[in-house]
Amino acid sequence: MAYYEEKDLDRFGEVGKYRPDLFAKFMDWYQAVQEDGALSRREKALIGLAVAHALQCPYCIDAYAQACLEAGSNPEQMTEAIHMASAIRGGAALIHGVQAHNAVEKITM
Amino acid sequence: MESSLPSFAETLAVQGLGELRAEKITTLQVNVGKLCNQACKHCHVDAGPHRTEIMTRETIEQALAVVRRFHVPVVDITGGAPELNPHFDRLVTGAREAGAHVIVRHNLTVQLTPGKENLPAFFRANDVEIIASLPYFLAEQTDAQRGRGVFEQSIEALRRLNALGYGQEGSGLLLHLVTNPVGAFLPPNQASIERDFKREMEARYGVEFNHLYTITNMPIHRFLDYLHRSGNYERYMEKLVHSFNPATVPGLMCRTLISVGWDGRLYDCDFNQMLELPLTDGMPQTIADLDLDRLAYRRIATGRHCFGCTAGAGSSCGGAVTK
Repeated sequence: MAYYEEKDLDRFGEVGKYRPDLFAKFMDWYQAVQEDGALSRREKALIGLAVAHALQCPYCIDAYAQACLEAGSNPEQMTEAIHMASAIRGGAALIHGVQAHNAVEKITM
Repeated sequence: MESSLPSFAETLAVQGLGELRAEKITTLQVNVGKLCNQACKHCHVDAGPHRTEIMTRETIEQALAVVRRFHVPVVDITGGAPELNPHFDRLVTGAREAGAHVIVRHNLTVQLTPGKENLPAFFRANDVEIIASLPYFLAEQTDAQRGRGVFEQSIEALRRLNALGYGQEGSGLLLHLVTNPVGAFLPPNQASIERDFKREMEARYGVEFNHLYTITNMPIHRFLDYLHRSGNYERYMEKLVHSFNPATVPGLMCRTLISVGWDGRLYDCDFNQMLELPLTDGMPQTIADLDLDRLAYRRIATGRHCFGCTAGAGSSCGGAVTK
């Protein structure tokens, strides 16, 4: 059996079996942040897709790929969002090169 | 899986909405045939260039007699590509003479077929409201659904309509676009995607229009085949059922229209027509026997496909049912 089963996304509610009060609080918050506000649902879905890639969560990638389409985004826009997440992630790794250089400088002549 | 989902009637009952019943009928929707110059992947009619089912002149005259007798306010003409019916002009002019407002569901590219060059002028002369199909403001998505080259031709057709005043502020000539999702997912929020379409259509192609309508793909005929082939059927049906929105029910289009098939048979809507789901409770079955007063407040025949009209913001021939 694979660690990730596509069908398990539909079983998310089962996480609320224990401490349903906490799960309900999470769901209320989760639903509220998706709504149109200063950012549109479409922009928020693109952020969701980008974060899903940064976290490499297959459930979130499935869910937010569909959410982006249902909010009116096209694959070109979604791919740009994925590149944003990947670039930040790559940059976050690369900036640690300074940390490495600091360490090298500290222990070398 | 199918049997594990509730029926539409059960869902209405659970929601305390009772039976689905019509109100007063204000629209006669006439499907004049399945012949079309396109063969779209989502088409609920299975329309295409090789279909031969076409409404006869006799049936069109019967429809016009109904419009005159009952003073039907709106005649909504669909197909196929309705303009390919040889009696299309007669239906439009006859309905206008009877005082009805005429809507034509127009695939745009039919304007560019030989002998149809005069269509925009004909529409304008008869003050026809045009509802034109355009799934997306980019060629890739549009052609994926409607066929290679359709997008480019559609833009040319839209420019011809704009040139005559259609879709222009203050002209009174109404040009709406309609978008169906290019795949197994629900349409976006109508107001939001309309803003995107208006911005992109103007900036990229210099095209203007009045409103954009979002319509959900119906799990019947050609789109149903796609759902099965692509392995999306179960998820799509679950999505439709789980997205049932009781607020859409009062505004469902079947409550205020009656649908006439190419052969003159009557149905609650164009989808029931394609499924050959007849009117219930001993109602008149053909245009020749049509009595609009009897059909008002009738019980509407339903099936699981009805979840397509009640999912999310709802779906109708006029776009989303709730805003």
